Amino acid sequence: MQIELWVNEKKISADIEPDLLLIDFLRKQGCKSVKRGCETANCGLCTVFLDDKPVLSCGVLAARAAGHRVVTLEGLQDEAQEFGAYIADQGAEQCGFCNPGLMMNAIAMFRENPDPTEEEILEYLSGNLCRCSGYEGQMRGIQSYLAYKREKGASK
Amino acid sequence: MEEKKLSVINKPVRKKDAMSLLCGKPVYVDDIVPSDCLIVKILHSPYAHALIEEINTAAAMKVPGIEAIYTYKDVPDNRFTMAGQTYPEASPYDRLILDRRVRFVGDAVAIVAGATEKAVDKALKLIKVKYQVLEPVLDFHKAKDGPVLVHPEDNWKALCPVGADNKRNLCASGVDEDGDLEGVMEDCDLVLEHTYHTKADSQAMMETFRTYTTIDPYGRLHVISSTQIVFHVRRILSNALGIPKSMIRVTKPRIGGGFGAKQSCVTEVFPAFVTWKTKKSTKLIYTRKESQTAGSPRHEMELKVRLGAMKDGTIRAIDLYTLSNTGAYGEHGPTTVGLSGHKSIPLYNGNLEAFRFRYDVVYTNVQAAGAYRGYGATQGIFALESLVNELADRLSMDPVAIREKNMVREGQVAASYYNEQMNACALDRCVARAKEMFHWDEKPLAQDMGNGKIRAKGIAMAMQGSGISGMDVGSATIKLNDDGFYALSIGAADMGTGCDTTLAQIAAECLECSVDNIVVYGADSDSSPYDSGSYASSTTYVTGKAVEKACQELREHMMVIAADIMGCGCEDLVVEPDGIRTADGGKRVSLSEIANRSMNGNTEAVQVTVTHSSPISPPPFMAGMVELEVDKETGAVELLDYVAVVDCGTPINSNLVRVQTEGGLVQGIGMALYEDITYSSKGKIAESSLMQYKIPTREDICPLRVDFESSYEKTGPFGAKSIGEIVINTPAPAIAHAIYNATGVWHRELPITPEKVLMGILSHEN
Repeated sequence: MQIELWVNEKKISADIEPDLLLIDFLRKQGCKSVKRGCETANCGLCTVFLDDKPVLSCGVLAARAAGHRVVTLEGLQDEAQEFGAYIADQGAEQCGFCNPGLMMNAIAMFRENPDPTEEEILEYLSGNLCRCSGYEGQMRGIQSYLAYKREKGASK
Repeated sequence: MEEKKLSVINKPVRKKDAMSLLCGKPVYVDDIVPSDCLIVKILHSPYAHALIEEINTAAAMKVPGIEAIYTYKDVPDNRFTMAGQTYPEASPYDRLILDRRVRFVGDAVAIVAGATEKAVDKALKLIKVKYQVLEPVLDFHKAKDGPVLVHPEDNWKALCPVGADNKRNLCASGVDEDGDLEGVMEDCDLVLEHTYHTKADSQAMMETFRTYTTIDPYGRLHVISSTQIVFHVRRILSNALGIPKSMIRVTKPRIGGGFGAKQSCVTEVFPAFVTWKTKKSTKLIYTRKESQTAGSPRHEMELKVRLGAMKDGTIRAIDLYTLSNTGAYGEHGPTTVGLSGHKSIPLYNGNLEAFRFRYDVVYTNVQAAGAYRGYGATQGIFALESLVNELADRLSMDPVAIREKNMVREGQVAASYYNEQMNACALDRCVARAKEMFHWDEKPLAQDMGNGKIRAKGIAMAMQGSGISGMDVGSATIKLNDDGFYALSIGAADMGTGCDTTLAQIAAECLECSVDNIVVYGADSDSSPYDSGSYASSTTYVTGKAVEKACQELREHMMVIAADIMGCGCEDLVVEPDGIRTADGGKRVSLSEIANRSMNGNTEAVQVTVTHSSPISPPPFMAGMVELEVDKETGAVELLDYVAVVDCGTPINSNLVRVQTEGGLVQGIGMALYEDITYSSKGKIAESSLMQYKIPTREDICPLRVDFESSYEKTGPFGAKSIGEIVINTPAPAIAHAIYNATGVWHRELPITPEKVLMGILSHEN
């Protein structure tokens, strides 16, 4: 079937199989940041934005994205650089395989709730599994990024 | 080297690849390989034990796009092991790429290669197999000398004398002892004995097993794999395929986690076989289900511990029998079991007069085990630490005090640890610091909170090794380049741990430059200097030392060039961070002059390779303390606080040792509370996805408070030992201890689920 959609603000027309999953479609489009960690929508690695809302691309048919806007980490490099630096400063990226999904969902959280409490952070990101870091370094990175944002906001 | 202030060691240096990883750059196997390669998948056995009577691939071969299908009839009859270990491997040669006998639900029956995933999936369904279903060995207690043999074949082979006998279902067996065990036990006031059971937990690294294979311009097999062991993979593939090692090149890109899983050749042999036969590029990406059911998990163990002690808490004798379940194949079977005794018993070396450590490792018809962080020590420490906590309880002694009385201390020689002397041991300081941070003395063992919950505390200590003594080899090649930057080449594999960065820190410290001035490359079996690989907590201690020595040697070569430029002798030259001068300061050449001269009319090599191995394996030590609450009505356990203090020797990177510790604690918490592998009566794993195999989320854990008490290991680089594995070892026994304090019930089987806690409470009340 023929679909038309926007991937990272670029309009794409493609002929796809009706059962193609969005994750596989995006990887074929070169969006290699989108990772598969399970087949059961449990790990959060494949998180992308569908019309600005974070979704698990392993649980969405590519056909469902027809006519919609999809954003992957490839399309959010400036934000990834800015926020990622705070995770890097904790050494909490570790193997990195879960990072793109975490970055996407964290960016979604910052947009939705620019000043989350620790509890809100844990809840929002609870679907993003990480087997390396033990999560604490990620939390330290998020908190120091938020502190930087608050400081930046206050100085404006 | 003279004492000087360290400038990059023990600093929070950012990992060299951090921003690439965080920005989602294409750096892993499946991101970098050509997308038009053949897709390889495996047909897995539905039976735990069966013989293939007939296998018909004709219909499957007719599916459009199918390139090749291989069965046991097509593969070489050379048995090999998939364990990534130094040759001759301790693990028996008990595998074929495909075997007529299938030995667990998930064992490989056929390999299918085709142009698309859809075609391959369709072909998998069309392969017709007639099985002669056999009685499986599913209970590992009944495996040894049982009527059913997992490996009856005559070409089964053990290369090392590990007490293996395939005609008895034995992958290994042995005994190590010192002192008059029964005599001392008899003389003790108190002898305690209990049996503990740990499960075949899955590493559950986020990137599943995966391998790409192609033929290089020289007609050789080039394997790009997510592996911790490029050199061992080369040998294993040579054994499996029956082709010369010179025809194989193995490289690894970034790895999405390993934890030991990728210290076995779980996927490599299959696409390698297809590529070698077809001369076409292929890839095999395991699904999560395959990683859970046909991977290389922890060895399930049953540990019977007997402890002889005096009324004052003096521990005089330890007797341990470990029964380890290696499953269908023997990868890491003979070695993991060793750690269950050799890396638990020495913790109580203080007053130990006698010990005995016996073990059997048995074959069964379940998923073959492998290497998982902790590698047997985790299982042994759960058992011994639990029994020591029970002893303290029996004697009404403070669990910290009983450890202070008996723990191993610096300078002691441990008969139970290969008679090694503990040259660097700050376990006492770890316990003292943990006690202080946790406010141990101010908290009761348990306290009823009056809201249906009981708050309680628990403790455990741990140790591990730093590399395999007298065996592991680490090498480093360091090269001076234009303008004075350095290239460091290693065969160790950074699997997310950050060793590319920590080894660069060691080089930068030695060469007095910034970490950015060291570029790192690894690992490539063609071009990297030989390294056993990244496992056994070896990289920092063994490879790190090779880096240190290589840098010192490189400087000597640089001095020759400097002397030549200055027209003086090499004696009396002084090395400075960015150049070399004569002792009197009269002449000086900059680093970039030396570097550039090395490329112009020069005959002095500015590249050196140093290989290092250590006759000892200095243990890191740690203490862990947990505070938790048990809900009396539901059995739910909520963690409130975890304090961990580690002696890893000198930390090389203060961020990365902390994150290693936190990550290991959380894996240990998962092992203690939720992670389970259970089998149906037919031998099928229930926990085949992350839906059923629950690993901790960020909402499940509690604040982890980590600190370091460093000893100085003089044989390690800048005093370093290791950090990677030890950190998984304290949660299970500490949590089991706290749950006992809360409920009065000892849980001697992992995981300790709410159901078990509640049933324990109910049976305790009655």
